[in-house]
Amino acid sequence: MGLDIRWPIGLMFTLIGVLLTGFGVVKAGDSMSLGININLVWGIVLLVFGVLMLVGAVRGGKNPPSA
Amino acid sequence: MQSIHLAWIDYVVLLAYVGFVVGIGWMLARYMKTSSDFLTSARSIPTWVTGLAFISANLGALELVGMAASGAKYGIVQANFYWIGAIPAMIFLAVFMMPFYYGSKARSVPEYLKMRFDERVRALNSVAFAVMTIFASGISMNALAKLLNQLLGWNYNVALWVCSGVVLIYVLKGGLTSAIYTEVLQFFMIVLGFAPVVYLGLKDVGGWHAMNHSLQAVATNPAALYLKPAGITYAPDAWTSAWTPVLAGPANNPMGVDWFALIFGLGFVLSFGYWCTNFLVVQRAMAAKNMTAARNTPLVAAVPKMLFPFLVIVPGMIAAALCTMPDKGYRIPPPILSEATYDKAIDAVKAANPADAPAAVTALGSVLGTKVDAEKIASLVAANAGGRLTDAQIKQGVYNSIAENDYDGVILSLVKKYCPPGLLGLALTALLASFMSGMAGNVTAFNTVFTYDLYQAYFAPGRSDRHYFLTGKVITVVGIVLSIGAAYFASMYNNCMDIIQLVFGFVNAPLFATFLLGMFWKRTTGTGAFLGLFGGIGGSTLFHALTIAQGNVPGIKGGYLKVLQVFPSEMAQNFWLAAFAFVVCFTLTLVISLATARTKSDDELKGLVYSLTPKIVDTNQPWYRRPAIVGILLLIVCAALNLIFW
Repeated sequence: MGLDIRWPIGLMFTLIGVLLTGFGVVKAGDSMSLGININLVWGIVLLVFGVLMLVGAVRGGKNPPSA
Repeated sequence: MQSIHLAWIDYVVLLAYVGFVVGIGWMLARYMKTSSDFLTSARSIPTWVTGLAFISANLGALELVGMAASGAKYGIVQANFYWIGAIPAMIFLAVFMMPFYYGSKARSVPEYLKMRFDERVRALNSVAFAVMTIFASGISMNALAKLLNQLLGWNYNVALWVCSGVVLIYVLKGGLTSAIYTEVLQFFMIVLGFAPVVYLGLKDVGGWHAMNHSLQAVATNPAALYLKPAGITYAPDAWTSAWTPVLAGPANNPMGVDWFALIFGLGFVLSFGYWCTNFLVVQRAMAAKNMTAARNTPLVAAVPKMLFPFLVIVPGMIAAALCTMPDKGYRIPPPILSEATYDKAIDAVKAANPADAPAAVTALGSVLGTKVDAEKIASLVAANAGGRLTDAQIKQGVYNSIAENDYDGVILSLVKKYCPPGLLGLALTALLASFMSGMAGNVTAFNTVFTYDLYQAYFAPGRSDRHYFLTGKVITVVGIVLSIGAAYFASMYNNCMDIIQLVFGFVNAPLFATFLLGMFWKRTTGTGAFLGLFGGIGGSTLFHALTIAQGNVPGIKGGYLKVLQVFPSEMAQNFWLAAFAFVVCFTLTLVISLATARTKSDDELKGLVYSLTPKIVDTNQPWYRRPAIVGILLLIVCAALNLIFW
């Protein structure tokens, strides 16, 4: 199929990662769980994951794997 | 449980997810030109995608809600569903069975049965599968709607129809490809959405060792958590060892199973029956782009699957451990009661005479309609003597005194406890993703089987592909509407896990005997397979009618004809039922095959039976693409997990 699934996955997690990280920074007081700013921490994890997926998609687009 | 207030950020995360899954459907719609594109993805998808979809399709309500429930009820013993159940079966599928499914060019499992045997076997299997799929889908949707109702206070009916609508849109747009692609997205959503909940839960109970230590208290006195009736006690490691309590006999593990039922019933019959013959999961592998990719699909899936107990069962264990720590103020959620019921209960506490505790217990029991903890009621009434407590305090006291658990609420209660706004939206989205992936999996399997194996085979053969393409789309809508009906039906039951196991027992347990004989013994005849399968399903139904689990009344739970055997638990009854059905089907198929003449020549069975099919030569592939080698490595890792948690 013509769609590389890494694009939507990468875009979605990058978006959600940015949202959570931003929320964790701006509303740090509302983001605490057991003394951790979990939105900030997990937002960054999601962001990294999303970006890695996008990197994979970009590289895959240049060099399509042979069937 | 009180409903959770969602902040705007939570809705944004949720909407982003819905936007992306619908968007994937939209993106793929333009590639949907033939019935094969829509129903089988035209065999074009890479291995890692089909591999993750393979487990994600199974990762529905069953997995997240049911496994967390079972984690609290049974502890790590539940991990045997993975380590003795799913993993060996998935490896067997990859190494031995996938060559026949993929190599035969069948479009579905029932179609393989038609090629190997005859139309009768296909008809029986496809009808049974279609019914079961709708039922499984309904259970998943019911769980979703209940969840949204309890958690967000959404209307049950609206939740049911809206979520079905989202799945309908993307499946109708992009067919199987859309379901598979979204399943991969959902897989990551589920893992990344729940990992922080597990992490925070483990941190809260003081880490892995502290959790295991607390679970010793649970095992020695499960009645304190209302897990078991008073007086039942287990060895301290009953919740934290996967094998020792089982080997010690059914009275010594909370699941109430013996080692034979676990290994033969669950490990062999049920798990192989499910993972190797259920079209819902096999369909994902059949959509792979070539034979190597198809065979590697279950192997790719086995890697995360092996680790899933830590994501889905451990939350239940965390919940049970939390209950032993009074300072955490946590209990496994009781059955959901309305605010009106709580108001009446508060009035009953206020009206109660502290000097007459038994009367107060009776009064509250009848107001709440549940079992209540007499000691807690007595101390609550005593504490309120002279009206010292506020309504909110009384309500909390009543909540804590309900001596019943709603295990399906375990996972939600942890999400609520640990997730601030933002993460809450993510975890909730992960739950929604799991329900949607399960449902889409069922719907896409249903529409393929219905269109190709029932409609094209019996009702309208020889039409144009365009005709079947449109039929597939119509059946997708019909399937979802039927699932909604099944959801209302499923809403009458509490722990969905046991019912699903029961249905799988009736339909799937005999099926694996048919496949085993069909694929590995060329002498198996169509008549033998058909009558054997029929006998197996009949045998399991009869078995259910004649046996019952301890503590159940004859009826829907079995034993309605006569009670010949009482099992220590429903789980044990289900495992033995599966074992029985398998033996009946195997024996009948064997005997009848020998008594009937073969209708298919060796030549016709080429590619369908092991001994008549040229072995796949894959020595030119690197070792990590060779299913036999990867399969053995995975088995070693799986065995290691069994030993670590022995």
